[in-house]
Amino acid sequence: MTDVLDPPIATEHDDHDHEEHHGPTGILKWMTSTDHKVIGMSYTVTAVIMMVIGGALAEVIRAQLTTSNNSLVSFAQYNELFTMHGSVMIYLFVGPFAFGALANIIVPIQIGAPDMAFPRLNALSYWLYLTGSITMLSGFFVAGGAANFGWVAYAPLSNSINTPGAGADLWIGGLLLTGFSAIFTGVNLCATIFYLRAPGMTMFRMPIFTWNLLITAILILLAFPVLTAGLIMLYCDRHFGTHIFSVQGGGVPVLWQHIFWFWGHPEVYILALPFFGMVTEIIAVFSRKPVFGYKGMVFATLSIGALSLGVWAHHMFTTGVVLLPFFSIMSLLIAVPTGIKMFNWIGTMWRGEVWFSTAMLMAVGFLITFLIGGLTGIYLASPPLDFFTHDTYFVVAHFHSIVMALVLGAMGGLYYWGPKITGYLLNETIGKVQFWFLFIGTQVFTLPMYLLGLRGMPRRVATYALHPGWQFLNQVSTVGAILIGISTVAFMVNIVYSWKKYPAGDNPWDAHTLEWFTTSPPPHHNFYRLPQIRSERPTWDYNHPGHTAAEHGHHHEHQGEHHDEVPVA
Amino acid sequence: MSKVFSVEPPALSPQGDSDRSRRWRRVRRIVALPIAALALAGCTVPTFGASPGATTSSRSTYHLWQGFSIGAVIVGGFTTLLILWAVFKYRRKSDRIPKQSQYHIPLEMTYTIVPVIIVLGLFAATMVVENKEVANPKTNVTINVNAFQWGWKFTYPGQNVVVVGQTTQDPVMVMPVNTNVHINLTSSDVIHGFYVHAFNFSRYALPGVLNQFTLRAVNTGTFDGQCTQLCGLYHSLMVFRVKVVSQSEYAAWLTSNASVSAALAAQAATKQQTSSNVPTRSTKSEGNN
Repeated sequence: MTDVLDPPIATEHDDHDHEEHHGPTGILKWMTSTDHKVIGMSYTVTAVIMMVIGGALAEVIRAQLTTSNNSLVSFAQYNELFTMHGSVMIYLFVGPFAFGALANIIVPIQIGAPDMAFPRLNALSYWLYLTGSITMLSGFFVAGGAANFGWVAYAPLSNSINTPGAGADLWIGGLLLTGFSAIFTGVNLCATIFYLRAPGMTMFRMPIFTWNLLITAILILLAFPVLTAGLIMLYCDRHFGTHIFSVQGGGVPVLWQHIFWFWGHPEVYILALPFFGMVTEIIAVFSRKPVFGYKGMVFATLSIGALSLGVWAHHMFTTGVVLLPFFSIMSLLIAVPTGIKMFNWIGTMWRGEVWFSTAMLMAVGFLITFLIGGLTGIYLASPPLDFFTHDTYFVVAHFHSIVMALVLGAMGGLYYWGPKITGYLLNETIGKVQFWFLFIGTQVFTLPMYLLGLRGMPRRVATYALHPGWQFLNQVSTVGAILIGISTVAFMVNIVYSWKKYPAGDNPWDAHTLEWFTTSPPPHHNFYRLPQIRSERPTWDYNHPGHTAAEHGHHHEHQGEHHDEVPVA
Repeated sequence: MSKVFSVEPPALSPQGDSDRSRRWRRVRRIVALPIAALALAGCTVPTFGASPGATTSSRSTYHLWQGFSIGAVIVGGFTTLLILWAVFKYRRKSDRIPKQSQYHIPLEMTYTIVPVIIVLGLFAATMVVENKEVANPKTNVTINVNAFQWGWKFTYPGQNVVVVGQTTQDPVMVMPVNTNVHINLTSSDVIHGFYVHAFNFSRYALPGVLNQFTLRAVNTGTFDGQCTQLCGLYHSLMVFRVKVVSQSEYAAWLTSNASVSAALAAQAATKQQTSSNVPTRSTKSEGNN
């Protein structure tokens, strides 16, 4: 039926590039490629390895906290463990996975582009990321061990007197490298999305995933240079005798916190927005409906991006040197666009035909987990409640709910887009086992930590004296961490078990966006042909010409018109 | 409250002062009503995991906590029900393509405006409690709290009393009940966190900054305190206690400790410089009591 309605449109590559791209294969291909799909795949594999490393560190932390006065690891080792756990997870896994891995592969295809705008810069981003990661992790092998001042590296604990080791310098160096990697990716994503959209792909026809990555990229460009500057200042304080963050030389320790969180809070959304985008795509596709309130969602994301630049000092309420009411109301206000998104997601499922594939289960798991993390975040925006819970396990629980929701989103993204990237589906049964371990494990892991925080257990303590209830709650949390560990093993098993077993076809999910119009995996430069782009769902419109999205209250009138509007070339 | 943030809404400038305070009173009255109702019904409202604590501000924080929790349970419960309804009701049963509805403006406006109202309510309640907490009422009792790696020094200015102890020596800060106690919080080295769970309160001890706040205990008893901000190797062991005693006991304690404290401080200071071993919990010193 599609032949008559909508014949394929030739792209510029039709003229010269119909046959397979010839180039190096194997490891040489991986080393030299500037193809966004190969780079994205490298990012994905590296980021997942980082997730496993960070997760292993977390399991040791949980093992240490299982009993009070435990001595599985020393105080010094414990400080290294949680510092590197946080650093690996935030800097080397969630961030690069969010804007380097799936974004790199999917965004250009979603907007009908042959590659990223600057392919070589893209390759540089990946290699900086890899070198930065190795640099940071190599701290474990130097005298004095890895960085041990927490992933936030508060001055003056991070100066050369309190943390003299080379591990701290490797941490700073690694973070500088991955920071530049992020900035270059931000430049690349902005240029790609602004300049390489296919004909017909207007801004308001971009899929939500691409929109979110655009806003992420803008936030990267606003926030990461500040961190880079701060790290250079920190390095100068450590080695070149400056006193930017030290009281003795007239410096201001709190300045580091301002710089760090001016990057750090937008960073929270730099991490989260790409996963919001993934979940949005998944929910829409598996509900067989367009994204509910598409435009409202875009504006909600834009306002999250804007507000996120004005809330950094809510991490500093207890310093006593920030204006509380301003940062309180700004932080509370972020709940509004975030709530809008939640209702958009529910509205997308509403009256749909929801297919619970593994990807969709992960997305629903994300909704519940993110709801818990979001609501507990509202408490922390209120200064008196922050005085009460700051630096206790309540905060740890809050951001682990958020980040574990992002992990659920990441897994959903892998199950959803994996077949497009590799050409093969993953096993759904193992996937569902993985989901239940991950989802239940997450709640068993985080919920006791909320209670621990309310009962006064501070974060980052290697041991705790016998307080009533602390040990039991810690043990429950450890069980949760083990369940999460099992889910990761299930994921690895699934990859091995499903290796080239279930061919996916071009569009196994009856999905909406352009990447599902091309082959799985897509050819070099992505497309042999493109459909007409008349909405944010060109592939769906092409496959279901009678079922374009309806305006509110005008469903039946518009449906017919759209049908006729499709031009015949 | 700290020196830097001493600008509180009611005491900002001479002109507009009365206007502002009137507005504040009005806001306070509107917001205080439900909070007061909550306070009266204290035994029937669930604790949501928190406890009222032992100071006046820990109690108002606790009531704010209850208020936020009620909101969170309602909003979270409603949203969870919607998610579960969508999950169970709209499971795919056929190959049918559902109606492709995308916009519903009145609904979208509702779920934008209602959260804004909720958030403004939470903010108003926050401000009422916060302004009470950061107020600096007049008082005669002052304690200088100095945090260092890895211990605490409590100095009672004008009383010739110093209590100092590190890690597991469990230094005790003695303070009178039903009295405004002014705390001057400083740090000698890195950033520490002064946290007393029973006070539902924490504040950073920052090098180069004098942080000030007022505690008014309403219960006597001994409460655990601990450093909450990572401060290096023995962060986990940087504990202290707060002992709230009656005013007469406090006076007696001050006089009996005035003479010994100087010697004690010197002794502890030497220890602080020389100790390099891991302190163990068994070497508890009762000397400060």
